[in-house]
Amino acid sequence: MSVTALPMGGGHTGPGSDFAADAAVPPMLKTSGPSLWRRAKNRLAAVAVVAAVAVTAIPLVSMIWTAVARGSQRLDLALFTNSMYGVVGQGGGLLHALTGTVLITAATATISVPLGLAAAIYLTEYGRGQLAALTRRAVDVMVSIPSIVAGLAAYALFSMILGPGTRSGLAGAVALSIIMVPVVVRSSEEVLAMVPGDLREAGLALGAPRYRVIRRIVLPTALPGLTSGAVLGVARIIGETAPLLLVAGFTDAMNYNLADGRMATLPVFIYSQWSSKGLDAAAYDQRAWAGALVLMALVVVLQVLARALPPQIAKLRRNR
Amino acid sequence: MTATAPIPTATPSLGLAALPIDPDQRKGALGQISLRGVNCYYGSHLAVADVSLEIPPRAVTAFIGPSGCGKSTLLRAINRLHEVILGARADGSITLDGANLYGNGVDPVAVRSRVGMVFQKANPFPAMSIRDNVLAGLIIRGQRRGSKVGDDLVESCLRRAHLWDEVKDRLRKPGGSLSGGQQQRLCIARAVAVRPEVLLMDEPCSALDPISTLAIEELMRELARDYTVVVVTHNMAQAGRVSDRTAFFSVSGAGQPGRLIEAGPTADLFSAPKVPATRDYIDGRFG
Repeated sequence: MSVTALPMGGGHTGPGSDFAADAAVPPMLKTSGPSLWRRAKNRLAAVAVVAAVAVTAIPLVSMIWTAVARGSQRLDLALFTNSMYGVVGQGGGLLHALTGTVLITAATATISVPLGLAAAIYLTEYGRGQLAALTRRAVDVMVSIPSIVAGLAAYALFSMILGPGTRSGLAGAVALSIIMVPVVVRSSEEVLAMVPGDLREAGLALGAPRYRVIRRIVLPTALPGLTSGAVLGVARIIGETAPLLLVAGFTDAMNYNLADGRMATLPVFIYSQWSSKGLDAAAYDQRAWAGALVLMALVVVLQVLARALPPQIAKLRRNR
Repeated sequence: MTATAPIPTATPSLGLAALPIDPDQRKGALGQISLRGVNCYYGSHLAVADVSLEIPPRAVTAFIGPSGCGKSTLLRAINRLHEVILGARADGSITLDGANLYGNGVDPVAVRSRVGMVFQKANPFPAMSIRDNVLAGLIIRGQRRGSKVGDDLVESCLRRAHLWDEVKDRLRKPGGSLSGGQQQRLCIARAVAVRPEVLLMDEPCSALDPISTLAIEELMRELARDYTVVVVTHNMAQAGRVSDRTAFFSVSGAGQPGRLIEAGPTADLFSAPKVPATRDYIDGRFG
């Protein structure tokens, strides 16, 4: 690995420079460049920084490499057209888990985005005094809530309403919403706060009520950033395992009904394939890795979307 | 509240009914503004004290004075935008054609639909096209006009603002794509489109080059034929060029409230100020 020393100070003070000949330069600045000790420290720091980057990047590269190498063994059409219903050895697929993830994630976003956005609008546009401070603190706490606790909360809620041991996709969506709402509040609040105050004043000065200024000026101006925040929120919860294991449970069969019965999801599929292997252990391992690869691909797509959407929205506006 | 001689007003408080948002319901409105004993506060800090002033209709009135004398604050009190700032409020009475803008039950939204405003920094709405920026007042209020009516309104307002010829081929482009001077004229078109009687302008040229400044000044003179124009300016020469009447404000020291020192026809105030402080300011001896 080659390490180039970081540039230091003025580049003109080197031995070959004619700067030293300039009579206007005070004598104390006429040196032949940085001292040996400083150069050594500089080189040392550069090595340390690059090494840290390498240490950080190695697991990431290794993980992606392993997932692609092992996951691609079962990345066939059957994987996307079959569930695990009745499969005990080779074959089978993750259609039931992919369907569950899409349904539960969509339900979570449907719950979390309006709730989170409403809270963010309250905080940036109306929130004053104690209630706002309390809301902010609650959001701060909720951002760092352990996901298993969110799962237990949803489990308890649905047990109270529908009886103990109830499991459903909807319960999973509620658990994930507990995690996603604060994420959406945070990002939306940040984006809304970036809308210049003089746009709000300009709207009010046109004789419009405040809520209409928010609806017609503030939200459209913030739309690119709000979209990006919502997509990142989805990316945050799509790989959650623990709460879904608790409240959505696991099944080998297709389930299209969020309100009724256990529903498989990709992270839980990966976990169960790995943890409860049948006789043909290699087939289970292959399916687990294939599931991991699909899940990683989904997260990457979401991340790319979060970056690509804002400029696309802006571009659409320009060409309207 | 104030010791000044009582000037008779038509009706002290006509309330909400006297301030219709719909321009068609206020035929014959003049746009005459009277301020009586107006105080403006930021929290407990008194920023403007006891201003009583007549602003004649269909003319340009300039507010001049050193920084921090409260002229912008007072301007924002006229369309009740001052109170939007957290902790800010105003008392006293400001009447528009006899209706007290600070009367009980008066909706600030109704006040602002009759008293338009142009800001120091041009602020077209970035998420809207040039066309939608002109129609913004209607769009925000949810009164989408039919396409033909909208087109006519857009053209007439942009013509008023002397911007039509420069933008007529790119009405669908965003408002932010224009130059600074064009953006400010777009903001004037936007303010005019809701058909107010009064136009408040808060240092509308301070961020513009001399050519754009001249264009806006010319526009102010024209607008004064149909609107009551009140302009805050730091530029003495501008006040002299555009205004019919001038009000001079000053502040006696840090933490003290700004006060109205004197007001009168611009020519008189500039040639023969009654108060020494006004002469000092106009001559450039302070401020």
